[in-house]
Amino acid sequence: MDQLLNDFSPGLFFMQAIILLVLILLMRKFAWKPILDSLQNREEGIQNALDSAEKAKLEMQNLQADNERLLQEARVERETMLKEARDIKNKMIEEAKSEAETQANKLIEQAQTAIEGEKKAAMAELKSHVAGLSLEIAEKILNEELAGKDKQLNLVESMIGDAKLN
Amino acid sequence: MYNLIGAGLIVIGGGIGLGQIGGKAMEGIARQPEAAGKIQTAMIIIGALLEGLAFGALILGK
Amino acid sequence: MSLVSKGMMVAKKSIKFIAVLVLMMTSISALANGGEHDQEGHGKGDKIDTPEKINAYIKHHLQDSHDFHLYTNHETGVHYGFPLPVIVWTSEGLKVFMSSEFHHDDNGHVIVEKGGVQLTKIHSKIYELEAGAHQVQFDDHHHPTNAHKVLDFSITKSVVGMLLAGLLMILGFGALAKGYKKGAIPTGMGRVLEPLVIYVRDEIARPNIGEKKYRKFMSFLLTVFFFIWILNLLGLTPLGFNVTGQIAVTVCLAIFTAIIYLTSGSKDFWVHTLWMPGVPVVLRPILAVIELIGFVLIKPFSLLIRLFANMTAGHFVVMSLIALMITMKEAFGPVASTGMSFVLALFISVIEILVAFLQAFIFTMLSSLFIGMAVEEHDHH
Repeated sequence: MDQLLNDFSPGLFFMQAIILLVLILLMRKFAWKPILDSLQNREEGIQNALDSAEKAKLEMQNLQADNERLLQEARVERETMLKEARDIKNKMIEEAKSEAETQANKLIEQAQTAIEGEKKAAMAELKSHVAGLSLEIAEKILNEELAGKDKQLNLVESMIGDAKLN
Repeated sequence: MYNLIGAGLIVIGGGIGLGQIGGKAMEGIARQPEAAGKIQTAMIIIGALLEGLAFGALILGK
Repeated sequence: MSLVSKGMMVAKKSIKFIAVLVLMMTSISALANGGEHDQEGHGKGDKIDTPEKINAYIKHHLQDSHDFHLYTNHETGVHYGFPLPVIVWTSEGLKVFMSSEFHHDDNGHVIVEKGGVQLTKIHSKIYELEAGAHQVQFDDHHHPTNAHKVLDFSITKSVVGMLLAGLLMILGFGALAKGYKKGAIPTGMGRVLEPLVIYVRDEIARPNIGEKKYRKFMSFLLTVFFFIWILNLLGLTPLGFNVTGQIAVTVCLAIFTAIIYLTSGSKDFWVHTLWMPGVPVVLRPILAVIELIGFVLIKPFSLLIRLFANMTAGHFVVMSLIALMITMKEAFGPVASTGMSFVLALFISVIEILVAFLQAFIFTMLSSLFIGMAVEEHDHH
């Protein structure tokens, strides 16, 4: 300790204090302040660049998502349109089918009624015709049968025989 | 003569202390290699404090 | 692959550890060795070939000196080097002259007369002789009895070293600062210096002082860090500076730190130092005294002693190992002793390069730690 105190030089201490003080002030003015400031500026710049890159990336992602969504929507729309078209087509076919069917049915019905009418008319005509023929035939047969007197008496005889105790 | 013995004792004490610091720091690093930097800094600081103590004793005893 | 690289990283770190521990041990033990040596000055012009002379030589070189001495030709007794100005405040006022007037004498033999005062140099200290004395009288411990020290503002070797370091810093970092005007990315030397500045900012100041307040102290921390580092490295050059091994220099650095953290202490800091909350009232004054002594005396003292002792011990060890060449010549022969000395000195010098950085780092680290303690705002519970 004594030797240290002996070695301690107040003059050197004083010189060192002055040199250090001046050095700190000089360095602050000419070196540290500009260096630290530009370091900070640069770091902020880098940070900003990174931030904006991040933001751009996010925007890009948003855009991509948007695109994806639009595409999806378009796809869905196409799908629905196709479906609608298909439906309409089916419906139209169905309608056409049913109309055709009803038309056909109607035609068939008409035809049937017409056929029926024809048949009836034909039948009626046939009947009257058959009746006329029958009358003619009957007239002719009667004319034939009752042409002699014996024959008429025989008939009356058989008739009276049949109509006994009635 | 006596202060030489004293200096020897100080060196022994400082040596034990530094050994403890270094050994424990190594154990810590072996356990957690990813914390090596932090442990090292702390070790150097504590080593420096211990060194200051040992030097103080040496200088005062001289 | 990653496992291998991780393993290598850990291995590298462990080697660093061992290096740190070894150098801490060597610096402590070197100082212990250096404790007890008598301080006989070596005569002028004679060869340094005995352990006593080597010790004295090393002691001499650990001290500040008034001239820049590079080499002495012992055959002819001619010194190579250049003198430095001596500026002293004597009883008769300020005296300025060149140190060459002492003719390399360091034992009080040459007396310089300047305007009524007689000055002499003993062990790198300038003494003023009492009135009427014509020769320095020494007592048994080689202390002069009829002369006293004067205030010595000389441009000594240490001051030259400091000025050199300051100049290097201003040139280097000034160029870096100017470089930013041209572009955001530094070129040339700036590429080396910029990471160092960032290192001090991000590894030392920010974590210890805190994100909000560190900017105010950056000038001091950066200046001190590079100042100490450059001076430590200058000490490893053959020019033989030992600036950070001068107790006055480290005292000054530590006082700067102390003044800074004491003046920038927050209200919380002073409350916690002087009237610790949460402690029985009886204990508070005792704690206050302990804390105050800790902050005002012990922390700066440990700062200054650590730097001083590490650098002194480092120089001592390096020079002692170089001197092995001479001391071991008898025992091992010239080739073996030179080889041994070379290898050992090289090894220790490499470690000293690490110490040069480590001490600058620790000084700055602890300074910022203390500043951080002082400016910290405690959250109230």
